[in-house]
Amino acid sequence: MGAVLRRIRDRLATRNLLVPVRARSGLAKLAIRDVGHTFANEVVALKNVDIDVHSGEFICLLGPSGCGKSTLLYALAGLVKPSGGHISLDGRDISGPGSDRVLVFQAPALFPWLTVRQNLLFSLRAKGLARAAAKERARQFIRQVHLERFEDALPHQLSGGMAMRVALARALAMDPAVLLMDEPFGALDAQTRSHMHDLLQSIWMRDRKTVLFVTHNIREALVLGDRVIVLAGRPGRVLQDLEVRLPRPRDPDDEALVALSRQIRSLLARAERASDTPAPFASKGKEQANEDGQQRGGVSGRTSPSVGTGL
Amino acid sequence: MAVDGRLGEAMLKSLGRLAQGYCLSALIGVPLGMALARVGILRDTMRPLVLGLQALPSVCWLPLALLWFGLSERAIVFVVVMGSLLAIAISTEDGVAGIDPLLLRASGVLGIRGLRFYAGVLVPAALPGIITGLKLGWSFAWRALMAGELLFVAGGLGQLLQQGRELLDVPQVMAVMLAIVAAGTAVDQVLFHLLEVRVRRRWGLAQTA
Repeated sequence: MGAVLRRIRDRLATRNLLVPVRARSGLAKLAIRDVGHTFANEVVALKNVDIDVHSGEFICLLGPSGCGKSTLLYALAGLVKPSGGHISLDGRDISGPGSDRVLVFQAPALFPWLTVRQNLLFSLRAKGLARAAAKERARQFIRQVHLERFEDALPHQLSGGMAMRVALARALAMDPAVLLMDEPFGALDAQTRSHMHDLLQSIWMRDRKTVLFVTHNIREALVLGDRVIVLAGRPGRVLQDLEVRLPRPRDPDDEALVALSRQIRSLLARAERASDTPAPFASKGKEQANEDGQQRGGVSGRTSPSVGTGL
Repeated sequence: MAVDGRLGEAMLKSLGRLAQGYCLSALIGVPLGMALARVGILRDTMRPLVLGLQALPSVCWLPLALLWFGLSERAIVFVVVMGSLLAIAISTEDGVAGIDPLLLRASGVLGIRGLRFYAGVLVPAALPGIITGLKLGWSFAWRALMAGELLFVAGGLGQLLQQGRELLDVPQVMAVMLAIVAAGTAVDQVLFHLLEVRVRRRWGLAQTA
């Protein structure tokens, strides 16, 4: 009884903190239209994904393993060509990878024969910066991630967290139009991860870069994101597109945040239960199953009831 | 070692041929290996050929060399090149094919392309493998050279060996053998070993003490 009351109280208290995203006017910076992707072995990784990303938004793509979130990110980075649909950045179609959409991987992927400074210099020079300007910019971003004392260290001399910070500095120094991050803190221990959250939040609050951040960690998504797009798998599709209205900077143990994470967790649990019916990939029957609160994929929650009901 | 004067001269001659042949080998072999690893069509057509030819002992190239180039320096250099080229190419190909794909993806998203990619990412990333190939190529080249010089007498250490045999001079033969071992070991142990250790340490592949 107490649990039910608690849930109701939480729901009432947080009903305005996690709401479906409202349509925004103006051209989207990154337009993802009806994107789908099927692998060669006929696994449907993505289906009917429609997302408008606006400049300066921090979007978290949240979902369990196998829901296609990494596939979507790779498609945005240009590393995968989606089998259907259309992606454009600032109005231009994307074709192949490029430094306007830098992807930070789960592993730091630093060049092992170059020092920290050289790693940044190498990509900055590739972008076309003159030597002096590149040096200055490299120093500036190494300072932003608090690694000034390690400029001359080689990657194998760094800890996991430090290497990840270098990877982040390298990506930010490229000044991409969109920063893509594929579970970058997944391999780090909880404490380092929390430091990285603080670092990323503080950098983002200053620069307001457009970020797409993939994670399976609900708390992480709520701490970092303005918008949380919840995905489900088999087939990969958007469940809900939610706006997070908590003030920044956010504390992962804040009560409101914890309540919101509970809501999202139950949303994901219901989606999983619904898709546990023994159907293979891309089954039409599953899509149409209209369980309590499970939304169809597609346009970001505008036509569906708010999170408040049915949960 | 009564052959001192002649030994030095012969050594220089041999090493000169070796240097020529080996450098040519490396200059052709490394790009060939890289191309084999990256270009699918090339790999499908040429790889069986390369692997097959590699099985041919270098000395078997000598008759062909003599027919094509006559009794000249070029024939010996040809033998040296053919002896080591394929080993270098195969090791390089392995080195390039073994690069962590994540590194290649990272280069892609950072916009690193063209010459900067080949010279700045591909070669350094494959360097440990390339050096192994160069080391192997060196010992093949050395053997090929000796075989060539023994069979086709024209100055150099091989000729000294033959002379020693004809003159029934065992000390001469042994002295030359020692010289050959010394030269080969010097380069192998000193030059290549040093190179390997430094590269491995910087790349972070060295074992921590």
